[in-house]
Amino acid sequence: MGVSRVFVSGLGAVSPAGWGVAVLGQALDKDEPIPAKSLPRPGWEKPLQVRPVPEPPGRQEFLSHPRLRRAGAMAQHTVAAALEALGGAGGSARVGVVVSMLAGVVTYTRRFYEEVLRDPATASPVIFPETVFNAPASHLAAYLGSTAPNCTLVGDEGMFLQGLALAAQWLEEKEVEACVVIGVEEMDWLVPDALRLFSRQATYSSGAGAIYLTKNSEGARAELAAVTDSFSMTLAQNRLAAARNARAQLPLEAPGELLCASARNLPRSDAAENAAWQDWTGSRLRPKAVLGEAFAASAAWQCVAACDAIRRHGFAAANVSVVGANQQAIGARFTNAELFS
Amino acid sequence: MRFPLPQISALHELRRVVVTGAGVITALGRGWKINAEGFRAGRAAFRPVTLFDVSRQRAKSAAEIDLPDDLPPTRLSPKMTRRVHRAGRLLLLAAHEAWTQAGWEPEESLPVVLGTTSGEMSCGENYLLHAVSKPESQKKQPTRVVQYQLHRQGLDLCEALGFQGPVTVISNACASGSNALGQAFQMVRRGGATRVFTGGYDALSHITFAGFDSLQALSPTSCRPFDRERDGLLLGEGAAMLALESLEHARGRGAEILGEIIGYGAATDIHHLTQPHPDGDAALAAMSAACARAGVTPEQVDYVNAHGTATPQNDATEAAAINRWAGYRATSLPVSSTKAGIGHLLGAAGAVEAVVCLMALRGQWLPPQAALDAPDPACRFRIVRKPADARINIALSNSFGFGGANASLLLRRWA
Repeated sequence: MGVSRVFVSGLGAVSPAGWGVAVLGQALDKDEPIPAKSLPRPGWEKPLQVRPVPEPPGRQEFLSHPRLRRAGAMAQHTVAAALEALGGAGGSARVGVVVSMLAGVVTYTRRFYEEVLRDPATASPVIFPETVFNAPASHLAAYLGSTAPNCTLVGDEGMFLQGLALAAQWLEEKEVEACVVIGVEEMDWLVPDALRLFSRQATYSSGAGAIYLTKNSEGARAELAAVTDSFSMTLAQNRLAAARNARAQLPLEAPGELLCASARNLPRSDAAENAAWQDWTGSRLRPKAVLGEAFAASAAWQCVAACDAIRRHGFAAANVSVVGANQQAIGARFTNAELFS
Repeated sequence: MRFPLPQISALHELRRVVVTGAGVITALGRGWKINAEGFRAGRAAFRPVTLFDVSRQRAKSAAEIDLPDDLPPTRLSPKMTRRVHRAGRLLLLAAHEAWTQAGWEPEESLPVVLGTTSGEMSCGENYLLHAVSKPESQKKQPTRVVQYQLHRQGLDLCEALGFQGPVTVISNACASGSNALGQAFQMVRRGGATRVFTGGYDALSHITFAGFDSLQALSPTSCRPFDRERDGLLLGEGAAMLALESLEHARGRGAEILGEIIGYGAATDIHHLTQPHPDGDAALAAMSAACARAGVTPEQVDYVNAHGTATPQNDATEAAAINRWAGYRATSLPVSSTKAGIGHLLGAAGAVEAVVCLMALRGQWLPPQAALDAPDPACRFRIVRKPADARINIALSNSFGFGGANASLLLRRWA
């Protein structure tokens, strides 16, 4: 039994550009950083500068679901991105869910801990369950009515790509009929406050990206051709070595292909990835430079943008390079499902 | 390359997955030997909480660990060692024991799959406290940020033992440890890796304790799983790590084999974020899937290490699921929850309880439950209440978590 093919059957995005893949694509085509907004930081007169998700165009219908009525932005973004990717294809009990994130459900966690510090005897039992890392994935599964395997992976940006590989494994082993993979982060002053300690130039953003994987080539946006190994950043394998190792597992440049990189247009943090991909002279997308740093969501937007570019601009293939914050370098390759069918 | 996947063979060609190293730390003590003695005797290790103030909480006790002052010698520099906090120390202590027992040597690529619910949550707590109380000061804040990140403990583990990972962290609430072992089992079984270092860890933290207390899930009395009068769980802390490798690889290097993982199943309960469906469909699905993958029937299972938190709803659901899964076998099936002795270890629970199963399989004894007054009549199965030797060939371990994460592992005696 050989490995069968895995197709990208849908894309979803909630980002600082707005709600939907279309507005994400428009923002990336424009290639201009989305203006930052102020976010108050307790104890400071000067606010933090961030790129949050704008208000949705209207009341989201899914918010009427009992599980989502008190869910926070993280679960809402997860569900919105996933539903766009599914495009009405939900409703199966065998849709797997893989969610990746770095910071977790920070807003509810902060709120709950503040209540604990005030008086633990009165801390809200309603908030605490929403603080667990897998709450967004659980809410999505409940909304979809899916009892299939459901997994939350926590780590830096590269964890979204590990999630793609896990979903492909589940599809291959017939654990699921289809799988939606989501990367998500939310906006709370704690995260940009922490990011600022490592990079004064980086602008934190929030949102989610989703990729719906199936074994069905009909109407597919792209084909998932490869996910590289994950190369950890350790003392023996520094950031540059990890980036080079991931790059080495992806093909050399060919005409009509795209590179979707994780660079932010910040020389210091981009140096390793730029060096690893210095041989690439073709088309290049840098979603973080436009949207900001949203960790797992950023990696998801990269993959969404790569697949969207294949469909809209006719690229034969797109390589995605993720050189994460401090854990790993990893890559993925998507091909044009029509050209290679 | 993670995908395309390595060649997946037909079922009969899948690799057998054996455990060649296991390390564990709980409130019973540090290491296999003292824990095996404690679990065999059915000891309990609860005491008043000292790590944070619980004077305003309903519950006052937990299974706290007396951490040793020093970590075993590793490749971490003194500075890096000092930065490792409580959860990371638990993980490193368990990992060092498993690594040593397995006799493994570092290699460039050795996957690490970990389960945890909150990693180094106390660093997150301290970050917020500092950020609010001293907003202009950044002292130690970068370190707190880095240590709070769940993958940091995995990377420290790689640095300590001299290999590169990759590191995968699964956070599916209280099923995290079992999910991590299950994912590692799958990687070796299908040929994606020859060896995987896997386990779970969690340390007590104020926010988690207060959270379970706010839900009135903590017992103000004692932890009595499957008791008619049970009134909640007690939290614990700990870690367990297992060295998994293919049978072929283990035999090739002449390794001592502690046991075999033969099955894993996972399913999602979508009933409620914190409450399982009373029928236990997802638990039943997880147990059934583990058995199907192993080609084992419930009649062949000799012991079940239940999730058994001692909350009224969890135990009722699990009892219903075990009754349905085991069928007529239920009336003679030995079941116990070792959480009665060491508390609920959250993300570490599945890994520690898998090690308990390995201990029972190797020692040929049943782990008695540390506390039980009157069994809930809903339990058709036999709850192990006293230390007893027994012939055990196959053991099943259940883990169920918030968000409806359900996982079951099947382990077999190596003889």
